[in-house]
Amino acid sequence: MEKKEKIGVYVCHCGTNIAGVVNVGEVSTWAAENLKDQGVVVSRDYKFMCSSLGQELIQKDIKEYGLTRVVVAACSPHLHEATFRNACKGADLNPYLCELVSIREQASWVHTDKVAATEKSKALISGGVSRVVYNEPLEPLYVPIHPATLVVGGGISGIQAALEIADAGYRVYLVEREPSIGGHMAQFDKTFPTLDCSACILTPRMVQVGSHPNITLLTYSEIEKVEGYVGNFTVSIRKRARSVDEATCTGCGICWEKCPKKVVDNVFEAGMGNRKAIYVPFPQAVPKYPVIDRENCTFYIKGTCKACEKFCPTEAINFAQEDEIINVEVGNVILATGYDPFDARRITQYGYGRLANVFTSLEFERLSNAAGPTGGNIVLRDGKTVPKVVGIVHCVGSRDKNYNEYCSAICCMQSLKFAHLVHERTGAEIYNFYIDIRAPGKGYEEFYHRLLDEGTHFVRGKVAEISDAVRLPGEEGKLIIQVEDTLTGNQLRVPVDMAILSAGLEPRRDAKAVAKQFGISCSADGWLIERHPKLDPVATVTEGIYIAGCVQGPKDIPASVAQGAAAAARILGKIMQKEIALEPIRASIKEEQCSGCRICNNVCPFNAILFHEDKMVSEVNPALCQGCGTCVAACPAGAISGTGFSNQQILSQIEGLMLLNIKSHKETVPA
Amino acid sequence: MTEETKSFEPTIIGFTCNWCSYRAADMAGTARMKYAPNVRLIRLMCSGRLDPTFVFKAFASGADAVLISGCHPGDCHYISQNYKALRRFHLMKRVLTQLGIEPGRLKLLWASAAEGAIFASEITKFVEEVRALGPLNWPQPGEQVSTPIMEEVTA
Repeated sequence: MEKKEKIGVYVCHCGTNIAGVVNVGEVSTWAAENLKDQGVVVSRDYKFMCSSLGQELIQKDIKEYGLTRVVVAACSPHLHEATFRNACKGADLNPYLCELVSIREQASWVHTDKVAATEKSKALISGGVSRVVYNEPLEPLYVPIHPATLVVGGGISGIQAALEIADAGYRVYLVEREPSIGGHMAQFDKTFPTLDCSACILTPRMVQVGSHPNITLLTYSEIEKVEGYVGNFTVSIRKRARSVDEATCTGCGICWEKCPKKVVDNVFEAGMGNRKAIYVPFPQAVPKYPVIDRENCTFYIKGTCKACEKFCPTEAINFAQEDEIINVEVGNVILATGYDPFDARRITQYGYGRLANVFTSLEFERLSNAAGPTGGNIVLRDGKTVPKVVGIVHCVGSRDKNYNEYCSAICCMQSLKFAHLVHERTGAEIYNFYIDIRAPGKGYEEFYHRLLDEGTHFVRGKVAEISDAVRLPGEEGKLIIQVEDTLTGNQLRVPVDMAILSAGLEPRRDAKAVAKQFGISCSADGWLIERHPKLDPVATVTEGIYIAGCVQGPKDIPASVAQGAAAAARILGKIMQKEIALEPIRASIKEEQCSGCRICNNVCPFNAILFHEDKMVSEVNPALCQGCGTCVAACPAGAISGTGFSNQQILSQIEGLMLLNIKSHKETVPA
Repeated sequence: MTEETKSFEPTIIGFTCNWCSYRAADMAGTARMKYAPNVRLIRLMCSGRLDPTFVFKAFASGADAVLISGCHPGDCHYISQNYKALRRFHLMKRVLTQLGIEPGRLKLLWASAAEGAIFASEITKFVEEVRALGPLNWPQPGEQVSTPIMEEVTA
């Protein structure tokens, strides 16, 4: 160091939070006397450093002593680093020349031995002082934000997000894998607890999306590739061939009426109904254009038929249509790809797939739907018999260490809704088998009480088995639900005509691949991880990538809508700023020291390091670099430096932290 | 065990990542969980930033042990960089052993931001382990370093 730094040390009492355990006066005096060689010219303690008076104290010293570095010993930098950096900035000292040392979370709050806590505080300050000498003045990085947004997933969450952003006047690309938007909500008949008709509240939103001048709707499409960084993503979208020309198709429906090929609809109808080979998933589909399912279309299989083409009044059928790759530029992305229902076949003892009258929740949704395969008649698998006794099994695949430990949040309410619909439409006797009833939403508990009043039976116990093995009189032709009523301690065999498995929610099968594609991570369960579980629920650790709805974890419709809107609001805020400031913690490579070994290229998870073949050296793209510093540690030539956490800073901090010890060690231990 | 080693208070340098383990330390503080005062933490952005030099520097500067902590595997803020830390950890343990330093003086701890309690209890446990090992004593010139790794190296 050519120029000697002038350092100010500020020790905060934090009321009694720090001063109650750490002798702050002693620490401050010690720093003034013992850290002179390191450049400390002033050291003070004050009741609340973060107060405006405390900040003014620092600012006054910066001016009077001409301080070039500031060390504040107070709380965690995650709490007040910004406060003290701003204070320094206010006194014309570069904010990155201020270092926060945590003597509250790391000393006074976690230690009871006052002497040890005081000594540790001295060591931590010594480390901070040694480090701050090597802090460099930095400026935040600014990158422009492209005003368009990509929304992946056209369920209710993605729809909400797309509409919010489009209504604000910005372009949205909404990409949906299925031929229509609407998601799971479009499959439901009623929504709990209000029993609103699901389609009646959803379809107007879908129509809005379809006709919005600011929304480019890409259905039957998937994300191919994502490149770039916050503000500047380039996304390749594969628009699969519909075999129908969208420009001329009017959605009149003659084609699917005339199509001779019936196909079991395993997606929208959950296997409960049929569709044609050319189809729209449901009558209110948006967009209204059908798709030809090439795997099942007679023309694609046998080369003849073309009934749809013959009857189409606008000549919109195009058997030769090919997939299209569309590249779009966007500044931000919202992932709202939803969930998959738990596959009830996995719990073999519940008999789903083996016993005809065991239904899954999604099947029951279609069964009870007025637009569904039975026109809303709740009947057994034979299509005509109305059940007299119905058993509803809660927590199928949830709250079960064999499958998913988490609570799927919606199954209790979904089961109560089913119970109500069965009661209303068939008058059948209903049993709910539950572990706990979880009804924490607005109006949810009241709905539960309504069900109790309706006379639905509630049995607290996890169902052991559903079988058709008759043991007792009266069980013939029935499904027998074996369960322990844990409130009475009795083993029960409950004969029912129909069993509904209230299946939990699981991450989409390809959630991990999606997360990887967009550079974010999944929890152990497979849900995408938010930046902060409490305070930042829709942002992710990758700048510019947001998540909304069930992709983040199981949740009901109101929560999904709220998250969609929240993600939109976050992005609109970014778009309004036109550019984004990024923390200047970045790696950079000294070209003349780089040997071109390319080790750094491989350790970078963000592909931020480019290799220049011509010069045989690597270079960091500062906009892609997230500042983890792994390349800095990995470079065998020491050619990479990381701002904010340089080798010098860390090595010096280690020496500083050990300063106290070396002295005391040498004094006490004879050589 | 002599009187001196019983009263021995080890000094430990701990490296944490900014996102999980430093926040675990914050969490331990906020929840007022108590742990031994022997560890002095250094915040890095990621456990992947941990240059092995830092560990050797800590030992050379008089630390009796070094703690490395980061996000759980799969939870890394930077996707997978904690796996790099894990690889270096195994490598450093071997090198330390070759240098005649007990491998028990280097500890790797995964702690999520929610695991303040684990962070606190693991630190206390580690301090006791290091206390049992006694102060770090570098082998003197001519002193035989007897470790299985030595055989491997000389073989």
